Amino acid sequence: MNKNLILYVIILAFGLTAPFVFPAFKVQLSILCVLIILAVTWNIQGGEMGYNSFGNILFYGLGMYLCASVQVGMFFPLAEWTESGGEKTFVHTPAQFFQGMAVGLVVAAVVPTIVAGLIGYSILGLRGHYFAICTLGLGVAAGEISGGIEIIGAGQGFTTPPFPNVGGLEARGEFFYFCSFFALVLAFITIRAIYSTRFKLILNAIRDNEDKAEAMGIETMKYKIIGWMVSAFFCGLAGGIMGGLVGYIDSTDVAFDGREMGVFMVLMAILGGKGTLWGPIIGATVFHIFKEGFWTFFLGWQYVALGVLIVVIVIYFPEGIMGWLREKYPERFGEVVDEADRKAQVELK
Amino acid sequence: MITIQACLDGILLGILFALIAYGMALQWGVMNIINIAQGDLVILGGYIAYFMYLYGIHPAWGVIVSPIIMYFVGVGIYKLVINKVVDRDLFISILATFGISILFMQLMNFAFGADVVLANSGYGTTFLFDSNVVLPNSKIFSAFISILFAICLVIYMKKSKLGRAIRATAQNSRAAKILGVDTEKVYAATFGINAALCGVAGALISITFTIHPYMGLPYTIRSFMIVIVAGLGNLPGVALSGMGLGVFEEFADYILGTEFRIGSVFLLLVLILVYRRFKLSRKREYLK
Repeated sequence: MNKNLILYVIILAFGLTAPFVFPAFKVQLSILCVLIILAVTWNIQGGEMGYNSFGNILFYGLGMYLCASVQVGMFFPLAEWTESGGEKTFVHTPAQFFQGMAVGLVVAAVVPTIVAGLIGYSILGLRGHYFAICTLGLGVAAGEISGGIEIIGAGQGFTTPPFPNVGGLEARGEFFYFCSFFALVLAFITIRAIYSTRFKLILNAIRDNEDKAEAMGIETMKYKIIGWMVSAFFCGLAGGIMGGLVGYIDSTDVAFDGREMGVFMVLMAILGGKGTLWGPIIGATVFHIFKEGFWTFFLGWQYVALGVLIVVIVIYFPEGIMGWLREKYPERFGEVVDEADRKAQVELK
Repeated sequence: MITIQACLDGILLGILFALIAYGMALQWGVMNIINIAQGDLVILGGYIAYFMYLYGIHPAWGVIVSPIIMYFVGVGIYKLVINKVVDRDLFISILATFGISILFMQLMNFAFGADVVLANSGYGTTFLFDSNVVLPNSKIFSAFISILFAICLVIYMKKSKLGRAIRATAQNSRAAKILGVDTEKVYAATFGINAALCGVAGALISITFTIHPYMGLPYTIRSFMIVIVAGLGNLPGVALSGMGLGVFEEFADYILGTEFRIGSVFLLLVLILVYRRFKLSRKREYLK
């Protein structure tokens, strides 16, 4: 426990000083925080509960649109804003910008949670691959439909309010970095807290055998919905921050981007090792570094690399980094290893 | 009149969907994998026909050339990737084929460019009911060819030795193995036949409609939807639900507008799944 505390303090200290130590990487670090949030929350479904969702992108995109719409709609007519396509006819004062952002983030987190609660009863009754395909359909449908709605920009996209001119050139990056970092800390604390309760055991019981869990008297549906709502809350929050960070929202390329974010969150969790607390975090970090390298040096070939990477990870590395470490050093994970038995197994191989 | 137009368009379109869905049902039943890259195989088949058109050969010959090439592409994909996911969890196969799908999309984007293309067959149009209903002859041609291929395949599956081996493997792969069926070969052939069917459908789509590297996923979702509505191994059901889906799409296009067409297809999938889930949950069962 003591060792863990030191680790947390180090990470927190690094997180708080990072934008000042590495000013050039502020945007990248913010994106990393968002990616970690997405991976960790996907892990609640995919890793702990055994419900492989492609649909968490729905809440991410919803949060993104909601945050930006609220931020604009609080002070200016939304339809005219999107009509002008980012022309600077309306300018937020700094106070308006931050007020709008604060309210927008709250809405962006709360509304997806409610949506998850409402659709959860219908969708989470599906199991296995039907759930996966259904949520995939949900994500793509949301993207296609939002691309047809005029008031949020339809096909031409939605420009989020530009950052007001306060606090110098660095202020924008620092603001969004700290937003995403605090969202990450909040997500981590919440998830760590709920993983240390009976809730995690119930989720694992659902993953291992849902029928038996039901027979034991667990109301599985209730816990599945709660798990999905927790995911939706943080996905929406991450989406809202990301929308402000990118500055431009397009229905299928930024918000409901099943081909990028929707796959990334699954891939990061699997790469790190699903069903562990730290796995998705490690996976997201490794993946982000890899991705940035590829996106920079092999521009144009990134999706080819992504496709190959998905196939290779899924086929050859399904246990992830944490799973591999666990196999290699079982003692570190608190497993008691019988030396004689282990040797016997090695010889058998 | 618009109703008749939409119905006829939908039925002709639906026959094409049913052909793709038949391939989906085949591999799902035999190998127990769900292939997200199905739609991308269709688009690749379409590009083969389109290239023949560019080089001055009539694109209708693509109906014969494209499945032959696609068969080998399918076998290649099987040997490289699919044979490692056959016995594993279905989600693994979904994710792995999703990777293949992304890979194919981008490679096709590099090779053929990101333009929406169409191979012009020059078949002209048929006018019905005093020119109120317009049917391009290419649509009638493609529906006819689809039915022809489907019938050939059904007869092949019933009569030939490989067809019998495929059906035996679908029923019980272990028993088939014990009785001397080389299941590995059967799987490869199944995937190849599926890819060939996609090739035919793609060639027909490139004549009748348009193709684009990123248009694959809707075809996958459509065929998945048709299969879950009809059930595995229910051929008349596949044909009927394919036509139903085609008519639905034409009406959605007409009533809601073209920008909501794909969205409504995906939404219909969600609704169908949710409907079946509630229907089964009354008996305390779930979709397996």
